[in-house]
Amino acid sequence: MTDIEEYGRRARAWLETATAGLPGEPGLQQAREFMARLYDAGYSGITWPEEYGGQGLSVAEERAFQQAAKDFALPVGVFGIGLGMCGPTLLSLGTEEQKRRYIRPLLRGEEIWCQLFSEPGAGSDVASLQTRAVPDGDGWLINGQKVWTSVARQADYGLLIARTDPDAPKHRGITMFIVDMHHPGVTVRPLRDMTGESHFNEIFFDDVEVPADQVVGGVHDGWNAAVTTLLHERVSIGMGATRTERPASFAGVSRRAAERGLTADAAVRDRLVDLYLRERAFDLLNARMAQEVKAGIAPGARGSVIKLLLADLTLFGADVAAEILGPDVVAHDGADAALARALSWAPGMALGGGTNEIMRNIIGDRVLGLPREPQVDRDVPFRELRVGTQKETGK
Amino acid sequence: MRLIRTDEQRELADATRAFLAGTSPMARVREIAETPGVCHDPDVWRRMAGELGLTGLAVPEEYGGAGFGHGEVAVVMEELGAALTPTPYLASVVLAANVLLALDDEAAAKDLLPGIANGSVIATFAPPVPGDRMPGARAHGDGHTLEGPVPRVLHAADADLILVAATLADEVEDGSGPLAVFAVDPAAPGLTRTELTTLDLTRPQYRLEFDGTPARLVGPSDAGPALERAMDLAAVALAAEQLGGMRRCLDTIVEYAKLRVQFGRYVGSFQGVKHRLADMHCTLEQAESIVRYAAWAADEAPEELPVAAALAQSFMGRAYFQVAKDSLLLHGGIGFTWEHDAHLYYKRAKSDELLLGAPRHHRARLAERLGLVT
Repeated sequence: MTDIEEYGRRARAWLETATAGLPGEPGLQQAREFMARLYDAGYSGITWPEEYGGQGLSVAEERAFQQAAKDFALPVGVFGIGLGMCGPTLLSLGTEEQKRRYIRPLLRGEEIWCQLFSEPGAGSDVASLQTRAVPDGDGWLINGQKVWTSVARQADYGLLIARTDPDAPKHRGITMFIVDMHHPGVTVRPLRDMTGESHFNEIFFDDVEVPADQVVGGVHDGWNAAVTTLLHERVSIGMGATRTERPASFAGVSRRAAERGLTADAAVRDRLVDLYLRERAFDLLNARMAQEVKAGIAPGARGSVIKLLLADLTLFGADVAAEILGPDVVAHDGADAALARALSWAPGMALGGGTNEIMRNIIGDRVLGLPREPQVDRDVPFRELRVGTQKETGK
Repeated sequence: MRLIRTDEQRELADATRAFLAGTSPMARVREIAETPGVCHDPDVWRRMAGELGLTGLAVPEEYGGAGFGHGEVAVVMEELGAALTPTPYLASVVLAANVLLALDDEAAAKDLLPGIANGSVIATFAPPVPGDRMPGARAHGDGHTLEGPVPRVLHAADADLILVAATLADEVEDGSGPLAVFAVDPAAPGLTRTELTTLDLTRPQYRLEFDGTPARLVGPSDAGPALERAMDLAAVALAAEQLGGMRRCLDTIVEYAKLRVQFGRYVGSFQGVKHRLADMHCTLEQAESIVRYAAWAADEAPEELPVAAALAQSFMGRAYFQVAKDSLLLHGGIGFTWEHDAHLYYKRAKSDELLLGAPRHHRARLAERLGLVT
């Protein structure tokens, strides 16, 4: 057994013990305690530098841990944004003081982070954001609104981008800040989405003071910082990618169709074959890309292919499952609750993390190398653009 | 499960691609396709067999082959599919060689396979497609005679050896008895060959009519399981050909979209074009994954082959045609001209989709193999 295999074996043994006795849906306190145990055992920040609380190990160990963690439902979702996006951004661009102050508590689950990029007027086109940060004494004063923010209600800190120079073109007048989510000027409102639940929030900033030493990257250089963060969005450190089940999977839907005697119908079988083809094609592509990464072939922008296909599969699966299983799915007594929920969940996959249209643009531009669309707003001062609520007052 | 190629397979692909680029450019493909009575370039065939050793790749060494796997044959098929090379490779190396191996007839294999493996014999096999009526076979002296038509046989005019599935007349009940496989000499008496008009000009097909034609029984009198295996292996090899063609179609239209200007812009910058190209790329990524999986299963996981083969044909038939069609359409009017190559791929894609049976047959077989039929 190689050292890496031994590492993975020990991780698996540890996970088995550590997850035994966890309740089905652990609360925030239990999640924090679990994260602290993960840290103490040396499985938090496996590749992060030791001086800030990481383990300083290689991606091989990280991968071995991920492989082992796949089979467990770890209660770490609430830390996902911090560990997957905010932490890596601070490690790349943060000051020495920022790294010493924030990384260790993040890894121990003591402080929760959220990401504050999207706005009502800046969705696909995040660089057109309108939240303002103006110099105020030694620091900055922030006003504006953010949306689609996960874990904002639990978060202690947020990584925010705001407009600091409206006279510069839109990409060049943005700055990234670390914001204290407990500041009295921060208002978090749960956003009720089409599932009827609240997975996201909208956040209002009214005269929120931020000290100058909380700027990440450089002043007016926040777009580059944001790109760094978004790159990390795809490089999952595995914590969010623990065991999940697709409610509208081929196995699940065909089993239930058979139970109801529906597979005697050739038309039903043919729809199930459609679902199988898409699911299998997706799974095999995912597996092939993982093998390529292991062989040293970087996926690059091809992650967008996976994202787009998963969105399609999710929508298709819910759609075809309902079509096959019939009216009970849309008027159920609890038996079909998971499928009914899958139908309401499905559009989210095609919108969050970039819409299908944005994914197709990325595939076209960066995978196929097609000529880009002319960008009419690229070199125009932000003040003159018709964006968000500015469109009425623009020139 | 291995979904990426080995270094050796990559080298084989590079060598085959370079060879075909030199010996079988599109001008040559067209010349062969448009010349009556010419179905392939014998010189190219000789070099494929001798210099490159491609005809014996998956044939075991004891039968004169190189003893590699179906994964290596898939590599070659992918390049042939991309280059659209008119060649009896699919007929001889894939269809005929695989059915001979699957039949497990030691004497016949020793007799017939070495020639196929070294390329000196071009063989063909008419795969029994669902819905087709097969000829009947009758015991006659030491051997058998065949009676009746075979609707479609690839490269029958090039063939030195024809293999057909026929119904053993003595065991027929309601015309659908067990199928057995017979070897026929193309020069045998009572064999009539009629060339069919094919949509795909690069792959000739013939109807055969037997009238008391002497034939040699190969393998058992019920060749069902062997035929199933041979058809599955053919499905995998064909899927690789489809992948190669699909990739070439996408590469071609992507290059064109970077050059062609309308309304003062490269057409590839319009989302109406770009987004369709992105979807085609997604299809290609999935297709490659499925083909790599099916090729792996053919060599390493025989228990997964039946599902993998049905998956490959159910997916690839539609996928290749979709990409070939969109590639043609996105070229605009030039794509509709005879001079442009887009229609050659479009026609190959549709012909491939139907070659081993209509898509509904592959899908029905997949449903059955997934246990959906109760």
